[in-house]
Amino acid sequence: MAAVQTTSERVLNRVAIVAVLVVTLIFLAPIYWIASTAFKPRNLATTIPPTVVFTPEISPFVKLMVRRSQMREQPSAEEYAAAPWWEQMVMDGGEKVVRDGKGEVQLSGYPNRFMNSLIVAITSTVLAVGMGTFTAYGFSRFKVKGEADLLFFILSTRMLPPVVVAIPMFLMYRAVGLNDTHWGLIILYTAFNLSFSVWLMKGFMDEIPKEYEEAALVDGYTRMQAFFKIVLPEAATGIAATAVFCFITAWNEYAFALIMTNRRAQTAPPFIPSQVGSGLPDWTVIAAGTLLFLLPVAIFTFLLRNHLLRGVTFGAIRK
Amino acid sequence: MAHIELRNITKKFGNHTALADLSLDIADGEFFVLLGETGAGKTTTLRLVAGLEKPTSGQVFIDGVDVADWGAAERDVALVLQQYSLYPRYTVRENLEFPLKPKIRRVPDAEIAERVARVAKTLRIEHLLDRKTDRLSGGEMQRVSIGRAIVRKPRVFLMDEPLSALDAKLREALRTELKNIQMNLGQTFLFVTHDQIEAMSMGDKVAVLNHGRIVQQGTPQEIYNNPRNTFVASFVGSPPMNLIDGKMSGEKAVIQPMSFELPLGGRGKASGANDRALTFGIRPEDLVIESGAPVEAKVHDVENHGVEKIVTLRVGELLLRATTPARTQLAIEDAVRFGWNADKVTLFDRGTGVSLRHSA
Repeated sequence: MAAVQTTSERVLNRVAIVAVLVVTLIFLAPIYWIASTAFKPRNLATTIPPTVVFTPEISPFVKLMVRRSQMREQPSAEEYAAAPWWEQMVMDGGEKVVRDGKGEVQLSGYPNRFMNSLIVAITSTVLAVGMGTFTAYGFSRFKVKGEADLLFFILSTRMLPPVVVAIPMFLMYRAVGLNDTHWGLIILYTAFNLSFSVWLMKGFMDEIPKEYEEAALVDGYTRMQAFFKIVLPEAATGIAATAVFCFITAWNEYAFALIMTNRRAQTAPPFIPSQVGSGLPDWTVIAAGTLLFLLPVAIFTFLLRNHLLRGVTFGAIRK
Repeated sequence: MAHIELRNITKKFGNHTALADLSLDIADGEFFVLLGETGAGKTTTLRLVAGLEKPTSGQVFIDGVDVADWGAAERDVALVLQQYSLYPRYTVRENLEFPLKPKIRRVPDAEIAERVARVAKTLRIEHLLDRKTDRLSGGEMQRVSIGRAIVRKPRVFLMDEPLSALDAKLREALRTELKNIQMNLGQTFLFVTHDQIEAMSMGDKVAVLNHGRIVQQGTPQEIYNNPRNTFVASFVGSPPMNLIDGKMSGEKAVIQPMSFELPLGGRGKASGANDRALTFGIRPEDLVIESGAPVEAKVHDVENHGVEKIVTLRVGELLLRATTPARTQLAIEDAVRFGWNADKVTLFDRGTGVSLRHSA
């Protein structure tokens, strides 16, 4: 930190801090709005002017998780008293929880979709980063014939907007039975992310001195052992950064998920807006679904933040 | 312990020839130094012996066995590099244990601990064992690198400029230390350097490399006293050998274009090179400054090195270096007279640069 500051520098510093605060507020405002809506009772969600002060309740999350139907008439007093506390909240909103023949609560589509999102995003991230790391290592350490051309070819898979190939992909997937399967989406997302992963990891691999592995080779380790014992720990930062980017891409993907899946393997992004449905949308439920959907990426990024700070500079300020 | 032989090695990288028809013979227990400028092919030679590169043609023998199909691990060599051979995430102890832990070696834990302790003691790094390697000084790092090499008891030690990243004082200290280690172990060392002082002070044998070819090999004394050509003459020695163009006339050397003369005594007749275009090579310590000497010169520059002074003399355009005792009082632009020790003059053919003694 500069020990001596002139007056003009100090003023400039203040201005910069204010600017950063303003920008941060602008970025955080929608997230605040989602979060606050997720805890509002339904009748306060769309008031004009907007309601800022309210008693938060978790009924939107209850509604999000269970299947429910509109009630024709008010529940009787015994009925209301017999219901558990969370069902009472739904009844207050004029709805009731749907139960099957055995009287068990039916889950809504959301938990399943959320699980699908996790399965697809995590698996495709692991695959893309794993394959990308190995590929990058190969390109970085060995003489590959036509290396520049191959790398350019890998990059060129990113040059078309993916949606351009959506219809042919849909037809191909239908022909081979990958429609509405986890593996279908996993393969797609891995393919999207792979070129990105290869290029990013190549940069990180090039930064790791090959002398490390050579020392290990001479010491009697195989190339594989040297890779796992020496190269991989050194590349952790790069792997973390790449994984975050791949995970976010796969987690947020909407268009292909909408086209390729409808039930079994549908992920959260196409499901949440489908809740808007017909009639009056219940914005509190949608906000609750969106808020939960934001969490995994936030947690993942938070856990890897130290690596990420160094990683996103793409090796520019290492050493 | 091992005897290493390189036979007619050629190594090409694309169109670039790094090594051309190189042959070396390194005796068991020898401290062999490869000396050359950057890009001369020293490191490539080392990597070929280590098995990190494959020769384009030619063979490598370790103890008489052709090791072409052996990987780096099987050759049982140890490598010390200028930097980067320590793992930054490991402590010093883990770094020292690392070479003993691969599956192919299966050293029992007790023995690992014992060997690490012994090496740490030899290199005086016991107090550093639990420190992370990125918190070591340059000298400590290089000690640990050497430790990593000796802990394994390999057949051959390969060292690629291990001292050049260190500061002068430390370099000197480690030079002695390394030579002592080698003598105590009695192992074969192949040591690569661009520093001729390291080569002269440590090597049992030195090979001078230039553009992928061995120019000369022999003991440091042979190379210093009897350089094969003007390249070796100017590369080895600090300050380097003076090279003066001229020709021989009877028992005198006629220096051109200044046309002053210096006596050659019996050397002139014996060489049979009358009137041939020559380059005379004379080491600075064999140039003598004294009042009765044959040639007059001006003092161009004086460098004080403590034990001695290096005086640059100017005759016309020609600059010559001479060493004098530190006591000699000389000021720049003083007029002095100098001569040379005629027995020590080396004669080179001016066209090819090859010493007449070697071409004969």
